[in-house]
Amino acid sequence: MLRIKDLHAEIEGNKILKGLNLEIPEGEVHAIMGLNGSGKSTLASVLGGREEYEVTSGSVDFLGKDLLELEADERAREGLFLAFQYPVELPGVLISYFLRTAYNSKREHHGEKPLEVREFSKLLKEKAALLELDDALLQRSVNEGFSGGEKKRNEIFQMALLDPKLCILDETDSGLDIDALQVVANGVNTLKKEDPSKSFLVITHYQRLLNYIVPDVVHVMIDGKIVKSGDKSLALELEEKGYNWVKEELAA
Amino acid sequence: MSNDTETLEQFTGKEYKYGFTTDIEADSLPPGLSEDTIRQLSEIKQEPEYMLEWRLKAYRKWLTMKEPDWAFVDYPPINYQGISYYSAPKKEAQYQSLDEVDPKLLDTYNKLGIPLEEQKKLAGVAVDAVFDSVSIATTYKDELEKHGVIFCSISEAVRKYPELVKKYLGSVVPYTDNYFATLNSAVFSDGTFVYIPKNVKCPLELSTYFRINAQNTGQFERTLIIADEGSSVSYLEGCTAPMRDENQLHAAVVELVAHRDAQIKYSTIQNWYPGDDEGKGGIYNFVTKRGLCEGENSKISWTQVETGSSITWKYPSCILKGDHSVGEFYSVALTNRKQQADTGTKMIHIGKNTKSTIISKGVSAGNGQNSYRGLVKVLKSAEGARNFSQCDSMLMSDRCGAHTFPYIEVDNPTAQVEHEATTSKIGEDQIFYCNQRGISTEDAIGMIVHGFCKEVLNELPMEFALEARQLLSISLEGSVG
Repeated sequence: MLRIKDLHAEIEGNKILKGLNLEIPEGEVHAIMGLNGSGKSTLASVLGGREEYEVTSGSVDFLGKDLLELEADERAREGLFLAFQYPVELPGVLISYFLRTAYNSKREHHGEKPLEVREFSKLLKEKAALLELDDALLQRSVNEGFSGGEKKRNEIFQMALLDPKLCILDETDSGLDIDALQVVANGVNTLKKEDPSKSFLVITHYQRLLNYIVPDVVHVMIDGKIVKSGDKSLALELEEKGYNWVKEELAA
Repeated sequence: MSNDTETLEQFTGKEYKYGFTTDIEADSLPPGLSEDTIRQLSEIKQEPEYMLEWRLKAYRKWLTMKEPDWAFVDYPPINYQGISYYSAPKKEAQYQSLDEVDPKLLDTYNKLGIPLEEQKKLAGVAVDAVFDSVSIATTYKDELEKHGVIFCSISEAVRKYPELVKKYLGSVVPYTDNYFATLNSAVFSDGTFVYIPKNVKCPLELSTYFRINAQNTGQFERTLIIADEGSSVSYLEGCTAPMRDENQLHAAVVELVAHRDAQIKYSTIQNWYPGDDEGKGGIYNFVTKRGLCEGENSKISWTQVETGSSITWKYPSCILKGDHSVGEFYSVALTNRKQQADTGTKMIHIGKNTKSTIISKGVSAGNGQNSYRGLVKVLKSAEGARNFSQCDSMLMSDRCGAHTFPYIEVDNPTAQVEHEATTSKIGEDQIFYCNQRGISTEDAIGMIVHGFCKEVLNELPMEFALEARQLLSISLEGSVG
């Protein structure tokens, strides 16, 4: 599904990604763990298509397409979804209107007719029910005045509605208490069960989220590169021994 | 950022959709202004003597006045002798029904998206259309007459309802008021007159479309709306003009009078030609709008969506004379290219427990300059007066500007006056967030701006809210991608 080869990227002259390689096959859950400043969130931004980041070399293949050639909105319509670490507020923009525009942009991109308001509301309600989300939230402006937990739930809700092929969760667990964390994780697991072909890239600082979203592969990222990969036990090992252990092992 | 700025820049490129001219023969006065011009104008309009007298008084006053220069706008001097003060389509516009109207004119209105005939049948909106200087057609007249509502051109009212006109014309905006209002009093060509009798809820939305077509003409329309005791009315005006290289002057006056328990809702969608990217051409929009809440519990509400004109100078105001009267001002002003807007309101609290609300949203793009200028004045007599003002500005480029000039004068210690102001730059984070959900940058900007203006757009009558939304998008969108 996703194949990243020797990716280098920088922002304002600072080199952040320094030859990153990663392959995520269909239907797998991959986790990237790393310290602050290791380039985890940069990777998410580069994949999402943020313009401030400049890719200096390397390639990213997403479902047979050259991802780096696509604009951010095209990547989204092709099925790449990024759940933000800090979702922004759009004052005065109703969630239902926002999502209908997003949903229909994707449909039109794939040559399908846009959904009418009524059909779309039905779909919206179904998805809300699936994720046990309060309908009242849909009548509010996008993220405006939302608590941290509500914002993250809203991200997962959008993910469910837009039905992407690859979901990237950028430190979705940050700032969440254990209850909110479970709600988010349940959402992800529900989507996974609904459609086992979906792939996930879970970017996190802590092992804790991975108790709930169980990864097939865990990668360790240090200084803009993936330096070690393993199964879920690697996450536990990192939790126990810290990142220095990996660094020492690399130096040896 | 540079990429986003570029994208935003491209939004300025959209062509003015209403910039066509209609090839129609017109009777015009030659350019120039003198007492003779005014006599001729008054004669063409077959006005009674009282009207001519009033015009001449205004003209003599105007000669002693100086053009105001305090607004935050910059434009070359206007040559008042270079303007024609009257232009009318040649076939005289005294129509009994729409069928008699020149089809070319009707076609113009259709191009503007106001199919009169359609509206007549479907929308339930009564429309008065002012083309250059004269009022062309008033739909739904009969229906309104049944309720005793008078909705006609001001020229007709001058002849048919002299008592009402004498009593109210100039009662809110006197002919001595200010440079542009005084000029208007001398030369106003046409406009709309509305009278709602006691206890009548006007059964239709009333609406006027103004269009400047002829070259070198000014448009000086005059609108007078009177809501008698216990009555209510909702009125909307829309404006467009063709693209011309030279600037055209538009100096209108609107007067509203609300008696006891009466309500007037006045909405404007202003889309005069804004000029090109270099700031060439466009309408100078110098407008005086004022409403008098004469009686107890009366209410006047102004809503404006201002996207056109190269210069806008406009402060729809409320004089809250009646006890417990309410004044509201909801405004969206969008400046793009080299447009300049200096707009806001005045709320004058005279009566007890009077209340006013001001919500102003300024959107600046390109090289646009956008100023909010507002006065909240609470007189000694205004026991318990309350005001809430909120002025928000959004910037969409590095070269545009947003300015706020709030003036507050309070002479009664029981008054409560609140003022809030914010300035924000449209965020690249916001645009990226939308992009990441599959929404194009163009749609994202439209969405964010609509969201920003929502409190104001919600005040518009349903039928026009969509039009205003589209207009905002058109004013911003361009050739992205």
